[in-house]
Amino acid sequence: MGEKPLSRRTFLSAAGIAGLSAPLLAACGTSGPGGGDAKGGGKTLQAWVLVDQAQNRVQQGAITDFNKTGASKVKLLPISSDGAAYTDKLRVSMGSPNPPDLLFNWGSGSIRNYVQTGGLMDLGPKLSADTAWKNSFLPSVLDAGKIDGKYYGIPMRGMQPVILFYNKTLFAEQGQKPPATFDDLLKLVDYFKSKNIQPFALGGLDQWPNLMWLEYLVERTGGPSVFENIAAGKPGAWQDPTITTALQQIRDLVDRGAFGTNFNSVNYVKDGAGLLFAKGKAAMHLMGTWEVSNQVDRHKSFAAKDLSFAPFPSVAGGKGDPNAVVGNPTNYFSVSTKSADKDSAVEFLKKEMSSAAYVDALIKTGDVPAVAGIEGKLGASPQPDFARYVYQMVQKAPSFTLSWDQALPSQFKTPLLANLQSVFTKKKSPEQFVTAMESVK
Amino acid sequence: MTAAVPVARSRGARTAERGTDRAARPGVVWVLPAVFFFALFAGLPLVLVAVLSFTSWNGLGTPTFNGLDNWSRLLSDSSVLESLRISAVLTVLCWAVQTPLALLLGVWAAGRQRNRAVLSSIFFLPLLMSTAAIAITWLTLLDPNFGLAARFGHYIGFPDGNIIGSPRGALACVVVVVTWQFVPFHTLLYQAAARQVPRSLYDAATVDGAGRVRQFRHVTLPQLRNTIVTSSVLMLVGSLTYFETVLILTQGGPGTATTILPQKMYISAFRDYQMGYASVIALALVALGTALSLLIVRFSGFAKMRSTLEGM
Repeated sequence: MGEKPLSRRTFLSAAGIAGLSAPLLAACGTSGPGGGDAKGGGKTLQAWVLVDQAQNRVQQGAITDFNKTGASKVKLLPISSDGAAYTDKLRVSMGSPNPPDLLFNWGSGSIRNYVQTGGLMDLGPKLSADTAWKNSFLPSVLDAGKIDGKYYGIPMRGMQPVILFYNKTLFAEQGQKPPATFDDLLKLVDYFKSKNIQPFALGGLDQWPNLMWLEYLVERTGGPSVFENIAAGKPGAWQDPTITTALQQIRDLVDRGAFGTNFNSVNYVKDGAGLLFAKGKAAMHLMGTWEVSNQVDRHKSFAAKDLSFAPFPSVAGGKGDPNAVVGNPTNYFSVSTKSADKDSAVEFLKKEMSSAAYVDALIKTGDVPAVAGIEGKLGASPQPDFARYVYQMVQKAPSFTLSWDQALPSQFKTPLLANLQSVFTKKKSPEQFVTAMESVK
Repeated sequence: MTAAVPVARSRGARTAERGTDRAARPGVVWVLPAVFFFALFAGLPLVLVAVLSFTSWNGLGTPTFNGLDNWSRLLSDSSVLESLRISAVLTVLCWAVQTPLALLLGVWAAGRQRNRAVLSSIFFLPLLMSTAAIAITWLTLLDPNFGLAARFGHYIGFPDGNIIGSPRGALACVVVVVTWQFVPFHTLLYQAAARQVPRSLYDAATVDGAGRVRQFRHVTLPQLRNTIVTSSVLMLVGSLTYFETVLILTQGGPGTATTILPQKMYISAFRDYQMGYASVIALALVALGTALSLLIVRFSGFAKMRSTLEGM
């Protein structure tokens, strides 16, 4: 009888692991590109994308158009609506012998490992061979997808810079203007604080919204080179005084009550911060462009009447260009080197990703495509003013710094977000943050 | 001669006994399917993880052997030690909160009171829900501006509702959610066990003048000893795998305040893509879980499985 608990545990763990493995095994069976037998085309190419109803319809439109004439057929496979889950599944698939032919990604850190293991096709020669195709995209966005000086991704979605959103009705009532400088911003913080309005909404629980503050403050104070050095892994790059200065500014904002007292319990994903902003309980919100579509979905009248936008203010004496932006340049399609028909995959990207029909469809979903010369079309956007604003903002930006958590090698992401959160909650000093980040290996 | 007969007979009887035993339980063959499953889905992966623990691998391409690098890193990694400490605190807290609740509820639910069946089935509802759904629901409830945390936070020492965003509050949230989810299961164990306690023991206790509290202490509790051990083993070993709750509710934060060891393992494997190091942590978890359950089984006398009904 002595073995009884053991065999029970055995059974439980076996059952549990079998349960866990079943979907994995099933995924292995279906994730490979569907085979075709004819040589030179006639293959079925799988295109993996994030689940997003509006976007998937647009992508399917491009695919249907391509499949009318293409030698090989492209098949759209929406994988998951959750970015982290999509990343995990893509990782497993890319490590297998049957990766997707075309894969949706965030560029930079999200595909660097695949490039290092030779999994992705260098699209540079194809782009240089067809300059008209290359010039059809905004250069800052196309370049943001470069890895080690080579192109691995073609922009396939809207641009997502981080923007300072504010409640224009509230600002008008209080006789205030959006901040032009960081000192203005501090004055606004004190002003709204005195009126019992939380100056900024911040979804600190999700951690990544905190990062936008560090990214912009470092950019404005030290320019893009500070983070370029960090991303390049230069020794001592985190010790750049710009980092400590920016973290000090963040602590100052926290001390002044810029984010209220309970920001660390507020989520962004489940509409915690967005609701605070929409109800007029917070005056401003630093967030990516997707804030607009979220507010349109969840709080229609706020989005229509009160929501407005401004650039992040400049910092006095800062080296950074006040026009520079940070955020997610866009999403990219990359081509797998193991694809059965790489030429058709590239042909698909060439024919469809900057086509008038695709651009028009993207604009109708509220996206602002990274395609050159489309100012005239942006009137068709559900938020034409915002679309034009974003387009011009990126167009005149001298640099577009990718979100740090995407740009850095994967092992930096968790410590970066956790340590920054500790600075926001004053569990760590700026100096401790720098030491902690220097020790990540 | 005369003495030899009973000896022979008793030996014959014993052989016959063993014979029927064997006929009823063909041992090895019956175990085969379980052994097969265990070998394929637990044994093999465990061996592979052990091999991976000596390699450097990011999940793509081929793993390269790096000797004892991962293991020596484990020993010098203060964040693993911190995760171990948080895991221990969480385990003890979860056990200490769940056991009395489940015990009292289970004994109560074993009775024959009015409305018992209705109330019990309501209590058991959380058992039917997925861990992820529970965690997401609680996340919404814990919103400091619009959720329950805003309304009730100041009664429990969080005037601004900043519960899940503070290190202690976040840990407490995990304990509360885990308790809410798993107490029904342990209640069920205790309910079944309490039903098995013979009536006659209570009758005897009543005759001896024992009141409700003394009956509970001197009859119910000793009778439930084996169940308490079972339930505790499940809770303690199970607490090493409270993973989804932490992942969805706090993501290990704020900072690293709720980064328990399984979360640390997940981060190493699927955020940092350091499969070798994650394998080392996984093996440490296996060793820890095995040691923990062996210890409990040994020191509680559970292995002997002595019936609480002996002498009845």
